[in-house]
Amino acid sequence: MPVIKVEGLSKVFGKNTKQALKLLEAGKTKEEILKQTGSTVGVNRASFEVEAGEIFVIMGLSGSGKSTLVRLLNRLIDPTEGHVYVDNEDLAIMNKKDLLRVRRTKMSMVFQKFALFPFRSILENAEYGLEVQGIAKEERSKKARTSLEMVGLGNYIDQYPSQLSGGMQQRVGLARALANDPEVLLMDEAFSALDPLIRKEMQDELLDLQETMKKTIIFITHDLDEALRIGDKIALMKDGSIVQVGSPEEILMNPANDYVEKFVEDVDRSKVLTAYNIMKRPETVNIEKHGPRVALERMQKEGISSIYVTDSKRNLKGYVTADDASIALRSDVTSLLAIMKTDAPTVTKDTLMNAIFEISHNSPVPIPVVEDGKLLGIIVRGAVISALAGQGEVNLTHA
Amino acid sequence: MLNFMENIEKLPLGSWVSDFTDWISDSFAFLFDPIKNQFGDGLEDFADMLAAVPPVIVILIVAVLAFFLSGKRFGLAAFSIVGLLLVWNQGLWEELMLSFSLVLVASLLSVIIGVPIGILMSKSKTAESIITPVLDFMQTMPAFVYLIPAVAFFSIGMVPGIFASLIFATPPTVRFTNLGIRQVSEELVEAAEAFGSTGAQKLFKVELPMAKTTIMAGINQTVMLALSMVVIASMIGAPGLGREVLSALQRADVGTGFVAGLGIVILAIIIDRFTQSFSLKKGTSI
Ligand SMILES: Nc1ncnc2c1ncn2[C@@H]1O[C@H](COP(=O)(O)OP(=O)(O)OP(=O)(O)O)[C@@H](O)[C@H]1O
Ligand SMILES: [Mg+2]
Repeated sequence: MPVIKVEGLSKVFGKNTKQALKLLEAGKTKEEILKQTGSTVGVNRASFEVEAGEIFVIMGLSGSGKSTLVRLLNRLIDPTEGHVYVDNEDLAIMNKKDLLRVRRTKMSMVFQKFALFPFRSILENAEYGLEVQGIAKEERSKKARTSLEMVGLGNYIDQYPSQLSGGMQQRVGLARALANDPEVLLMDEAFSALDPLIRKEMQDELLDLQETMKKTIIFITHDLDEALRIGDKIALMKDGSIVQVGSPEEILMNPANDYVEKFVEDVDRSKVLTAYNIMKRPETVNIEKHGPRVALERMQKEGISSIYVTDSKRNLKGYVTADDASIALRSDVTSLLAIMKTDAPTVTKDTLMNAIFEISHNSPVPIPVVEDGKLLGIIVRGAVISALAGQGEVNLTHA
Repeated sequence: MLNFMENIEKLPLGSWVSDFTDWISDSFAFLFDPIKNQFGDGLEDFADMLAAVPPVIVILIVAVLAFFLSGKRFGLAAFSIVGLLLVWNQGLWEELMLSFSLVLVASLLSVIIGVPIGILMSKSKTAESIITPVLDFMQTMPAFVYLIPAVAFFSIGMVPGIFASLIFATPPTVRFTNLGIRQVSEELVEAAEAFGSTGAQKLFKVELPMAKTTIMAGINQTVMLALSMVVIASMIGAPGLGREVLSALQRADVGTGFVAGLGIVILAIIIDRFTQSFSLKKGTSI
């Protein structure tokens, strides 16, 4: 069941919102509507669902409506039309009291420029969300400490925000958001103000934290690399509309239209695609049943120069080459064991392409993809290169 | 064309205003009289009490406060000691205390009234567009003019002085409070809201602390205006250093006038540095 469900959500800034909505229905563009009514379309009939524990990335160019959309989710901005269901409660029509409750207990926000309170110590900042709920000093400082320790700032609680670096400040922002243990984290370009190295560090840390926290995270970014790196799902926005929602691989390999295609054109695929996406079904021989003859026949039939050896349970044993197999045949060796080689480097299905690329470069045979000792598939060098070039077949469904 | 104006009678604007003032002072006498009497008595008691404290003690307290408020530096403390000793030496101590208590009370009232109005302005566009021109009016009208209705309502003495000072000195506090709150960055306000703050929590936990430096700058201006008004208010019988200046003026006595004026300057400088250092100190901790 989705934690957040958005239905036909629109926001029009300006006066003639009714007229603007009508024009939207009629299929007019944001620009035409601005000209005709003087109103700006912030978000245009967005619909999507976010599952529990998912990192849902909303991506788009500047002005595409990302910030507006995320602020509609906790109603910092009132929607013009549509529904936002959080745990089946519609925020769009909720009264003030319930809205406060939802904001206090279910959703927290992390801001682009950190939005820390400069006159409060780090601990007091992290306590803020608990303080407004009226939680007693002792309990809230305990919880705030715990969440500051989680982000590695346990030793800085008495400092002030201005004494910390940008990365550390955003950790405080994150700790503040985590302190009241919300279900949903809203992060509006949370890492965009950090320099690239720190940014990558924060992304890793968020992913690490997410391993244990399993929050539902809405993450806004205008950076495709960031989106692909951390997103379980990505929604791409343009002019207030969501143009495609999908997994990183889907967005990359099957762009819904020209806009998305343009967007993903320059992306570094090697950082996104995994072994699973490009592996193919392996030809194998069974060490318990087959000898060099069968191995050689299969290789000749498939036109390959080596073949992988498994047992009956598909556990990977090694590989034999065509040369070795024919020598063995001539010298009447009947066991594969004698000619089998075991020096092939293996990868797992989650190994990223850039790592595979290195390996495939030095490997004389296709790379086996292994899970728990079992052979899942193999990767031939050609597949690596064509996937990097944005061509070739790719497996999109996750195992 | 030229005698066009001659054909129009002079509008009786002045008499309207005085009629209106009379009407107010008659209708609200039930309000003004107790203020005049009780508040006036309280004021005098307060001033007497201040004057009854031995000057040495006051000077010591001021010096110590000055030392700490200016960040443990001796400049302001030394100035306070020398200045206050000089005033004492000139036999103007009691007047100094009277003026000070007037400034203190007038400023306190201005702040108590001004800050909430400023908050209201910052929260409502309508309130802002109504109050801004009123503030402009209050500040550009020559200060003397306020003395007239003040006398009508409260006759003479300290109370009308404070009344006039309220009108004249409150605007900066209102303006700066409004400005300070509106200047709080939008992200911070959003942060407060996103964590589920109520309106009051947002105001007291985020907006006012963030606006503090600006509000203090406004209060500093208010205090200085109140001081200048207290001097002017001597014309309607407010006691203190101003009265010494005024009577010296009437007797064309340059020497006495200068000495009393110097006392005002010393008071002004001390008050100014005190309120300023207060706002700066809060500011630097940010
Ligand atoms: N308060 C507002 N009043 C009027 N128009 C607004 C307001 N806020 C946003 N807009 C408009 O709505 C559109 C979407 O803005 P939004 O800030 O959501 O974009 P964004 O995708 O977050 O961009 P960025 O990457 O620059 O942050 C823009 O055209 C913007 O001009
Ligand atoms: Mg934005």
